[in-house]
Amino acid sequence: EALVLNDPDFQHEDLNFLSRSQRYEQAIRKSALMVMKLREYGIADPEEIYWFKSFVHRGRPEPLDLHLGMFLPTLLTQATPEQQDRFFMPAWNLEIIGTYAQTEMGHGTHLRGLETTATYDPATQEFILNSPTVTSIKWWPGGLGKTSNHAIVLAQLYTQGQCKGLHAFIVPIRQLGTHEPLPGITVGDIGPKFGYDEMDNGYLKMDNFRIPRENMLMKYAQVEPDGTYVKPLSDKLTYGTMVFIRSLIVGDSAHSLSRACTIAIRYSAVRHQSELKPGEPEPQILDYQTQQYKLFPLLATAYAFHFVGAYIKDTYRRISGDIDEGDLSELPELHALTAGLKAFTSWTANAGIEECRMACENTVMMLQTARFLVKSYTQVSSGQQVTGMVSYLNDLPRQRIQPQQVAARSVTVRINDPLSLVEAYKARAARLVEAAAKNLQTELNHRKSKEDAWNRTSVDLVRASEAHCHYVIVKLFAAKLSEISNAAVRAVLTELCLLYALYGIIKNTGDFLQAGILTDAQITQVYQRVKELLAVIRPNAVALVDSFDFHDVHLGSVLGRYDGNVYENMFEWAKKSPLNQKEVHESFHKHLKPMQAKL
Amino acid sequence: VNPDLASERQTASFSVEKLTAWLDGGAEHTRIRRAVVEAIESDPVFSRENQYFQSQNERYEAAVRKAVHLQIKMREMGWTENGPESKYIYRALSGDFAFLLHRVFMRSIVVLGSDKQIAKWIPLATQYRVIGSYAQTELGHGTYLQGLETTAVFDITTQEFILNTPTISAMKWWPGDMGRSATHTVVFAQLYIHGKCYGVHPFIVQIRSLQDHSLCPGITAGDIGPKMSFEHTDNGYLMLQKVHVPRENMLNKFCEVQPDGTYVTRGTEKINYFPMTTVRISIISDEVIIPLMKACTIAIRYSVVRRQSKLNPGEQEAKILDYQTQQEKLLPQLAAAYAFHFINNYLQEQLDRGYKEVQRKNFDTLPELHACSSGFKAMVTQYCTSAVEVCLRACGGHGYSLLSGLPSLYTKILASCIYEGENTILLLQTARFLIKCFMAASAGQPIPPSVTYLAAVKPGKCPAKSKLDFLNPDIYIEAYQHTAVRLISSTAAKLQDIIQSGVKKYDAWNQCTVQLVQAAKAHCHYISVENFAETVEKLETKPAIQKIMKHLCDLFALHGIFSNAGLFLHDGYLSGAQMDMVTASYLDLLAVIRKDAVPLVDAFDFTDKSLNSALGSYDGQAYQRLYEWAQKSPTNKQISPAYEKYLKPLLHNTLSKL
Repeated sequence: EALVLNDPDFQHEDLNFLSRSQRYEQAIRKSALMVMKLREYGIADPEEIYWFKSFVHRGRPEPLDLHLGMFLPTLLTQATPEQQDRFFMPAWNLEIIGTYAQTEMGHGTHLRGLETTATYDPATQEFILNSPTVTSIKWWPGGLGKTSNHAIVLAQLYTQGQCKGLHAFIVPIRQLGTHEPLPGITVGDIGPKFGYDEMDNGYLKMDNFRIPRENMLMKYAQVEPDGTYVKPLSDKLTYGTMVFIRSLIVGDSAHSLSRACTIAIRYSAVRHQSELKPGEPEPQILDYQTQQYKLFPLLATAYAFHFVGAYIKDTYRRISGDIDEGDLSELPELHALTAGLKAFTSWTANAGIEECRMACENTVMMLQTARFLVKSYTQVSSGQQVTGMVSYLNDLPRQRIQPQQVAARSVTVRINDPLSLVEAYKARAARLVEAAAKNLQTELNHRKSKEDAWNRTSVDLVRASEAHCHYVIVKLFAAKLSEISNAAVRAVLTELCLLYALYGIIKNTGDFLQAGILTDAQITQVYQRVKELLAVIRPNAVALVDSFDFHDVHLGSVLGRYDGNVYENMFEWAKKSPLNQKEVHESFHKHLKPMQAKL
Repeated sequence: VNPDLASERQTASFSVEKLTAWLDGGAEHTRIRRAVVEAIESDPVFSRENQYFQSQNERYEAAVRKAVHLQIKMREMGWTENGPESKYIYRALSGDFAFLLHRVFMRSIVVLGSDKQIAKWIPLATQYRVIGSYAQTELGHGTYLQGLETTAVFDITTQEFILNTPTISAMKWWPGDMGRSATHTVVFAQLYIHGKCYGVHPFIVQIRSLQDHSLCPGITAGDIGPKMSFEHTDNGYLMLQKVHVPRENMLNKFCEVQPDGTYVTRGTEKINYFPMTTVRISIISDEVIIPLMKACTIAIRYSVVRRQSKLNPGEQEAKILDYQTQQEKLLPQLAAAYAFHFINNYLQEQLDRGYKEVQRKNFDTLPELHACSSGFKAMVTQYCTSAVEVCLRACGGHGYSLLSGLPSLYTKILASCIYEGENTILLLQTARFLIKCFMAASAGQPIPPSVTYLAAVKPGKCPAKSKLDFLNPDIYIEAYQHTAVRLISSTAAKLQDIIQSGVKKYDAWNQCTVQLVQAAKAHCHYISVENFAETVEKLETKPAIQKIMKHLCDLFALHGIFSNAGLFLHDGYLSGAQMDMVTASYLDLLAVIRKDAVPLVDAFDFTDKSLNSALGSYDGQAYQRLYEWAQKSPTNKQISPAYEKYLKPLLHNTLSKL
């Protein structure tokens, strides 16, 4: 961190006052410098690169993200040794800057729906790439608009008159040297978005654009010179990159939420407003119960997601080792879990929006998780045992034999015991998965089509997935507590863990009541306990966000400063606004004065 | 027209034109509205074509240009401030013009100024000889007026007030039009005479020269910098250092400082709430419901044009609106847009009635009106903000592009949760009123009409036996009523308990605020459902419209129960089995309303120009428009500024010899 913060090359004006073009230019400047500095300091470990990068760009996306995060990794995993020789070093040295062009204007995650075509011409041994319709224009890839000179393009492969499905091709799009688009290529920036001003998300249209046969990524599937198609071993592998990206998003959601909490909690300690007691000075707004109720559950959530993010990264590392050795058995659960957690955490943290685009839309993710849950449930019903996070489903048949068990169970939930709350969440997840699976079965009995039944149950299925993910998060949070050796830290994190779990119950009382997991009286106690926890956490609130250890420069917030000198700095900051550059704005002479003269 | 959208319009179960006319309050209103919209949209000065590509400076300049041109346009068309056209002008311009605060400046003079002051300032303001703003909020202080720090000290020798900003947190911060445009502003400051403080009073202060627009002596003012939205408004800061204003510049309808320094008050201060109430109600319609209607229009039209994945194997990719999950996202928001349109009519009636009473010097209705406007402002803005966000996310990646129109609707509506009273504070004001009424009812005293249900508490169970019973408004209205009463009475009881245990009243209040907020929301939700059902009942002469409105009303009500199941299950009013019936009826309704979804948004009758969305246009050519508009982006017209300077050396590896 200090390396970056003390380097004058990385200093710049306040981004808030720059236009989109200027922000893009700054981002490129810093990216170029960053690559040079990384080499200079000999930083090569991915984790270290990630931290370095996030400090250079203050946690914002940058035009080279897709080059580093998708283009290079895809080359490594899907290119043949010959292709790696040809492309990898130039890409590593940034003679080639690449992006990853999957999404089309009319098509997102449903890969089979993509329309871009790559038709093999055996006469010249080339692929002819085409964007046949408006909806097939590649749309959104980061770095595509202005920065990249190559792209990995996903297209439907046609050879010997047959469609062989989606494959990846390395496509040069700009002339090396002049950076002008190549003939047959139309490329540009897609215009302003809600955020991500520094990113040149782009569009790409190809008209009969030819690339050599050797530019198809052929580590798995291949097209031989005569056009014969050789099938890959497993098509699950194409999902590998997506799983990786989603696992990163979960961590990023936690990161964004921690930053937001830091800003809001510090400011709430500085801001004074109204009266709590007549005659006394205006209190800190963090002393109001309603303000605590808004912020502390989010703080607890930030911690919860932090632990989940770490868990997923570990699991991914472990499983990808197995994949390299050809063992794909754990991939389905990992896929289901990252899909659901990605949707759950980014829903809650409201982050990861650029990533939402890449990894598609959250409901689709939830339904992918649901598919896995229903499958596991069906296995259990047919007498098989399931393993991993869904093993709780194994207990379901037993519970059904003794219906009294359900009512009896409720009194055993102890609302001050995290592990007992994990059990409550587990029961809720089991109940909702079972309900969704049963509703699905009922629909199937009424209707012929499986797809129709699925669609008519999808709201239930999404609820089941949410409950499952919620359970996983509470479970991981509670499990983490026993690993903490420092007693004071364990105490405060236990309070946060309880708040996270109990707040989740308040927000979903219906589920817990309807399933008979908790009684009315217990819900009333939960409410009471949450309010007590707010008061308990209050003295530690600022310390808990300080623990995230964000540097002021990284927060980029006037309100969230470490020193709390909010008002002085807001004034300093406002003085820099471009509207303040001249004391009398030109519109006065252009519009106001003539009007006053006319009226 | 995109065939995917055309087919949606052929199956409408009602006449779109008739629904539009009914929503407008009659065909004549529709005609006037369309004429206003046409006059404004055909004038190139008002064009919003390049809005998404403009910088803050350009947006501000365009806003000033439009505001100035509007004065000319109004004369040309013969429109007046009080004419039937005026309420449509704002809708047609979509709010992107300057001098909104100039109107607040004028209104505050009319309400708080003496006849003499009105006679002096209003003609000047009408002719824009002066441009006004309204400076209440300070950097460190918001709605809590008594906390303001700016001072105005009366100096008998010169017969002037001397205004000062004593600390940095006392700087005026946020007032619109003040950063660059205003020449005058109404400043709220603590009045001191002979060293004694008399509380907050309004003063007219000149801040810029009428000749060359430079700042007056003692004034520091400027723009507060970029915000989440409102790029076109020059929200400003203002620091006062020994600024002298004449004694006549204190707005003195209700209190006056005489030449010898004697302080005189007259009339009631309660009336001060009335302008705020009016403003809150006008926000609900212009700033909140219209953006939600637009967001629904964009998201629903796009959802029948967008195809994604397959529902049935072998068929083409399905329209995303045919997915149950997509319906469950968008259709409840559509129902809410209608529900809140009707609540707005209800509030408008309440306001008109209240105003008549005030004219007759009867101030009894003011507390109810104040509680009502506060609660609904908070509930509706919060609900609609979430709803617009749902619409944005439901459009996937393209919703995130500014060209979809959704991000600017979202940032705009988000601000409405904060200004004119932060929502939590407003809900607590409503809660205070409800608790007071509940106590009065328990003691057998009379209570205002909107809360009479508090007097008729009947514990019991919901009588529904099948899922069809939940399509009976009496059943769900009673469920909402029951829940609201339960929350209010249990919180009131708890408050009593805490106070009786010896805790001070204000501490007890703070310990109950989370539940008080919940109770206030439940009350507003109940009134919204009941009002929707009553509106549907009055539609008997229009059977086709009544039928579809009944479906929307059911959906709005059941969505609320489905999403807040715990509140209804808590004391066993609804059983688990009944909750399953609610869910079943709720999901059934989605498929029914799905068929009329496009006609229902067409009926809002927004022109393409007013939507300003590449995704939501009437003809459904979403992809073509998105591509066309993206090519207009200035970033595509210039050679990448970064290429020569940074990318080229990088690509050619000349930056370093590594």
